[in-house]
Amino acid sequence: MRVILVLALLIFGSTGGEIAITHGMKATGEPARLRPLAMLQFLGLAVRNGWFWAGVPLMALSFYSLLVLLSWEPISLVIPASALSYVVGTLGAKYILGEQVSAARWAGVVLVCVGVALVAAG
Amino acid sequence: MASERRLRIKTLVMVLAMVVCANAGDLLLKRGMTEIGAVQLTASGLAQAFRLTVASGTIWVAILFLSGFMLSYMTVLSWADYSYVMPAGAFGYALLTLLAVVFLHESVSARRWVGVVLICAGVLLVGQTKPRTTSVVSEAPA
Repeated sequence: MRVILVLALLIFGSTGGEIAITHGMKATGEPARLRPLAMLQFLGLAVRNGWFWAGVPLMALSFYSLLVLLSWEPISLVIPASALSYVVGTLGAKYILGEQVSAARWAGVVLVCVGVALVAAG
Repeated sequence: MASERRLRIKTLVMVLAMVVCANAGDLLLKRGMTEIGAVQLTASGLAQAFRLTVASGTIWVAILFLSGFMLSYMTVLSWADYSYVMPAGAFGYALLTLLAVVFLHESVSARRWVGVVLICAGVLLVGQTKPRTTSVVSEAPA
């Protein structure tokens, strides 16, 4: 039971954090150029966005959940289980960020999710 | 359309930068922590590990690569869909397996090869879709 709970923290922490950061980055907008000075300005704008700082603690929560899980269960179980975050993240992208997830993209996400689980299981 | 093609190319370049930085960072971090040895979970053990970590050149190079990963991830998300970038980044798992076979001569199980094939097929499928399906606040000058 506690494993399921911490796994949920791991998955929702990482996807929630990445969705918040994506939202912040979309508000920041693209860097004008991919040159050092423009990238510094871009980074400065990005870290002044509140959504970025909403995402960071969620990702930290997810990281600590991963450490806790790894202390209980073998890595060959933890990483395949966390591959579910590809599906959860895609649901979040569709319903929270309003991205259009076509059938081809869904099929790709499911293949990646199963593939990552198999690779990590060894 | 030229802008569509440009969007695809710069997204591809950034996803590759993400994958390379993340893999290089993780491998260097693993090497650095192996050099330091198993960390004792006591106050003095953690303090000792902290001193060794900040003094390790390998760890600092790893941090540099992981910062590069974060910057390229943030950059690509400023124009591309999360549901495009996230599965595309899984290509790193497939790349890591290939590198382990070619350079470390590791033997890889049939199950893991099936996983690599599924990841590659999935990334190719996602790659066919439009990188951006939402409107973006500011447009970069060409």
